[in-house]
Amino acid sequence: MKANGRWKWSHLYLIAVFVVLYAPIFYLVVYSFNSGGTMHGYDGFTLEWYGEVFSDTRLLIIVLNTFVIALFSSLISTILGVIGAIAIHRVRKQRTKSALLSLNNVLIVNPDVVIGASFLILFTMIGLKLGFGSVLISHVAFSVPIVVLMVLPKLQEMNESLIDAARDLGANGWGVLTKVILPYIKSGIFAGFFMALTYSLDDFAVTFFVTGNGFSTLSVEIYSRARQGVALNINALSTLLFLFTILLVVGYYLITKRSGRIQEAGARL
Amino acid sequence: MRTRSRNFYLAPYVLWIVLFVAAPILLILYYSFQDVEGGWTLSNYSHFFTSVYMKMTLSSFWYALLITFFSLIIAYPTAYLLTKTKHKQLWLLLIIVPSWVNLLLKAYAFIGLFGTYGLTNELLEAVGIGRQQILFTDFSFVFVSVYIFIPFMLLPIYNSLEELNPSLIHAARDLGASAWTTIRRVIIPLTIDGVKSGCQAVFIPALSLFMITRLIAGNRVITLGTAIEQHFLVTQDWGMGATIAVFLVIVMAIIMILTGRKRRGAR
Repeated sequence: MKANGRWKWSHLYLIAVFVVLYAPIFYLVVYSFNSGGTMHGYDGFTLEWYGEVFSDTRLLIIVLNTFVIALFSSLISTILGVIGAIAIHRVRKQRTKSALLSLNNVLIVNPDVVIGASFLILFTMIGLKLGFGSVLISHVAFSVPIVVLMVLPKLQEMNESLIDAARDLGANGWGVLTKVILPYIKSGIFAGFFMALTYSLDDFAVTFFVTGNGFSTLSVEIYSRARQGVALNINALSTLLFLFTILLVVGYYLITKRSGRIQEAGARL
Repeated sequence: MRTRSRNFYLAPYVLWIVLFVAAPILLILYYSFQDVEGGWTLSNYSHFFTSVYMKMTLSSFWYALLITFFSLIIAYPTAYLLTKTKHKQLWLLLIIVPSWVNLLLKAYAFIGLFGTYGLTNELLEAVGIGRQQILFTDFSFVFVSVYIFIPFMLLPIYNSLEELNPSLIHAARDLGASAWTTIRRVIIPLTIDGVKSGCQAVFIPALSLFMITRLIAGNRVITLGTAIEQHFLVTQDWGMGATIAVFLVIVMAIIMILTGRKRRGAR
């Protein structure tokens, strides 16, 4: 084994980073069980705040809204993103291709506030009522480029002769797409979908601009509650969400691992 | 051999670009030339170049630079050490997990952590420094922002470190370079692309933060992002808000062009 001294220092640094990274999250979790009602001075164990979360219908509806928006927007943006990636991949002219790619990246590098403000103008101009629809459309809009970026490398990896072979064997355009291309880029599609999901769940700034009065997502709701001060039902909620996130991470890990294996199998063929 | 089949995938994708990339930016540009009554004007721009907004712009840039700098200082060694660990995929995953926790919840956690009776102040008192006002200061603003942006800085650097051919490091060491020289002359120059994209991923959002300024800095720090939000949602002066947004878009474009060109040059 290596010398012990070097091992210790580098690991100490990593551990310090991890402690700082996780401290806020565990702080929230620990105080979600505090009967004292504040985020300092631990008075005793209680599940009161969890009870409050589950009896707060408004909050539960907002949680539901958030997940519905996330699921629908990532589904739609995955479909659009795959179409976009294939479109970019098929463009033969290098200049058109890079122009399309830069346009694609605009929404990724554009600051959230600018996206939010410009979408607000757009929806007001079109006359779309702010609410579920406007939030869903904007989440789809900013998730599409991420999916494109996740899928495009997989397409470029793909051997073009696979498509030629499928064509020679009599497959039509639809057959080539569903039997050859989509299975090959599956892992990219999954990764894109998960990224879109997390972007949607995590988004605050864009949603804040286009949400209007009647509709709210979790981020916006937490923001308005946090501005009023500490309330431990938010802690309880964050504990539940953290557990959910971990489930999602484990799921993602298993899926990417499995599709990785599938790809290996494909490569061996 | 292949027939030039029409690229019918292009239509929906280009429609998306026109609607959600081109149209919003053009609309922002259009509104920046509008006054509150809806007439054409240049007053938003002349207003933007007054000392109030220039000061705000400068302080936004300054904070964004600070945030980017500290993120880099912390993330680079972390990424480097991560590549040296066993089970690095697992460690990397562990680094990413906190970034999947809702941003607002993390900011909210810091309200508790940094509060007058929060854990940080408890620790400070135990050490003997005594309670400090941490929340609503520049320090808390930069700290929380760095906390939130570290994963965005870390991932590109980690990826470029992973791509680095280890035999180059061995070669440097065999040729007599010290560990420090190897880091300075071999590792850092070869991972500069990752550093660049990390800085890009941190600097642009840091320039336009508005949620953290409100929650953590308590309106003490006003960035360009806060100003846009203020103009659009509070004072309803869309023209002025759009003007600041145009400025941010231009800055973003410049940064993109700079980093993009250099990256191509490196290859």
